[in-house]
Amino acid sequence: MNKINSIRKDWKLIESFIDSNSKVLDIGCGEGGLINQLEKNIKADTRGIELNPELARKAIAQGLNVVQGNAEQDLNQYSNKSFDYVILSQTLQAMMKPKEVLFELLRIGAKAIVSFPNFGHWKIRLQLLLKGKMPVTEDLPFAWYETPNIHFFTIKDFQELCKKSNIVIEKSIGLSSRGRQFEIYQSFNEANLFTSEAIFLLSYQNYEPIKIKSKKKSFIKNSALAS
Amino acid sequence: MSQTLEIIVNQKLECNVALFSNVICKLDSDIELNNFQIAYKTFGKLNKNKNNAILVCHALTGDQFVSGKNPITKKDGWWSRMVGPNKPIDTNRYFVICSNVLGGCCGTTGPKEIDHKTNSIYGGTFPSITIRDIVKVQKFLIDALEIEKIFAVIGGSMGAMQVLQWSIDYPDKLINAIHIAGALKHSTQNIAFHEVGRQAIMNDTAWNKGNYSEKNNIPERGLSVARMIAHITYLSEDAMHRKFGRRLQSRDIISFGFDADFQIESYLRHQGRSFVERFDANSYLYLTRAMDYFDLTDNFSKSIEFSPIPNQHINYLIISFTSDWLFPTNENKQIVKTLNYFTRNVSFTEIETDKGHDSFLLDEPELDLTIAGFLNSNYNKLTSDE
Repeated sequence: MNKINSIRKDWKLIESFIDSNSKVLDIGCGEGGLINQLEKNIKADTRGIELNPELARKAIAQGLNVVQGNAEQDLNQYSNKSFDYVILSQTLQAMMKPKEVLFELLRIGAKAIVSFPNFGHWKIRLQLLLKGKMPVTEDLPFAWYETPNIHFFTIKDFQELCKKSNIVIEKSIGLSSRGRQFEIYQSFNEANLFTSEAIFLLSYQNYEPIKIKSKKKSFIKNSALAS
Repeated sequence: MSQTLEIIVNQKLECNVALFSNVICKLDSDIELNNFQIAYKTFGKLNKNKNNAILVCHALTGDQFVSGKNPITKKDGWWSRMVGPNKPIDTNRYFVICSNVLGGCCGTTGPKEIDHKTNSIYGGTFPSITIRDIVKVQKFLIDALEIEKIFAVIGGSMGAMQVLQWSIDYPDKLINAIHIAGALKHSTQNIAFHEVGRQAIMNDTAWNKGNYSEKNNIPERGLSVARMIAHITYLSEDAMHRKFGRRLQSRDIISFGFDADFQIESYLRHQGRSFVERFDANSYLYLTRAMDYFDLTDNFSKSIEFSPIPNQHINYLIISFTSDWLFPTNENKQIVKTLNYFTRNVSFTEIETDKGHDSFLLDEPELDLTIAGFLNSNYNKLTSDE
């Protein structure tokens, strides 16, 4: 599967996770291909942030709301829960502090969509086991000394982090290196072997609001009347 | 007396002048202007739907001659590389308006013009003005031209201040706001530089508390020194070094005196001299003061959040330059951060260049592409919705 097809497939899946008319922030939006697609197909209200100035300007020149900025420094400018979805596609492994970034996604957005290359894929495991060298594959084509990907992790690692951090995995889909897609189940170990790229829909544990039983029907309503 | 509006053509300045008589315009200082005039130029045609108007706000020493020939200097307009037929701001498509600011010296009411109350030149009696006042007066012009909604307000430096002011004072009047190399406030360092420039003018004996026209005398030396200082702040160390280095001017050896030995000296002296020919010293004082007073650090976020007039539709584009130390990127980014905090429509890019603050006036292909793309795609969206 070539790179462009894989990106398109990734975008299609991401789109399928998102309700129409949602507010969406795409972190590392490039020249805005995904948010452009989301605006057209599902009438999303989108924003983007992109580190590369040339790509950011290409997006701006298409009339997209994109700011040039750094995902690890500039996310603090967005207020809590100001988006329905925050997308981080194929970049978590390139972050200096992936955990902090992941938490930021769920602070800004009600839901987060994260996609990443799975380091637990059998080809990668086999290369390391047989050759004893850092794996270089079609999907991860960089030598260790020049890769932008500084934090490798597997599906299992990611699931563990989510569990530890009270993050709910609402949906997770794997793409095999041939482009076949399947749902990833927590206990389904084979997924970690065959998924070359994983896409997760995440949210925080939803707590039901505490209901106070009282003879008065509603505190808020009464206090509003009194004033 | 009844209010009147008359639009005349000023032959000498080759532009239009809107004359407002018995119209009250209350300034921030509480002083009222009753009779005032705005000199402006337009380029291109206003279309039937009146949705293609672009207002260009000029910087401190700019004027209404944004494109075409400037009749005073006989040179190309100050942004003629950006505005014109088939230029990034394409006058085949857009109706571009550029007016001389209040307090300026190219035909709009300012210290050089006649005070109708006294029938003599304002000079030092001209009231103190703010960026808000400048925008307020521009609004009279836009209303006079019967434009309901301006498609885009664009400006760099002091023009960028006007863009922000437009977006909070009359948010329903504009759709897009392009803010280049500006800030939420004029910084301490910038006020300091302005003060040095003003002191140079006011210490020139010819200044005479601003009433120099009576004596037919111009504080030339003061004004040219002010311009020389300011000009340094518009460049960057790298650009100056690249352009002039330590090269000598028309000589092989140093003079052991205070002639303009170095090219940079000669260049600055030339800048100072030619500025005096086209700019008024009092205008320089009043407009630098207006910039100093500009501070939206509190007001901008409050207005974005609580504006009684809807403002959520405005698309902001903020642009900064890496080597701009007068309005640096971090100051521009404050605006972006505020807008992002309230999830407003904002785009931002920092353009890499060594040309300093003046970059917005110079050949920067990335700037052209961004502005043209932003305008055209937003215009296409607007017209496809209609």
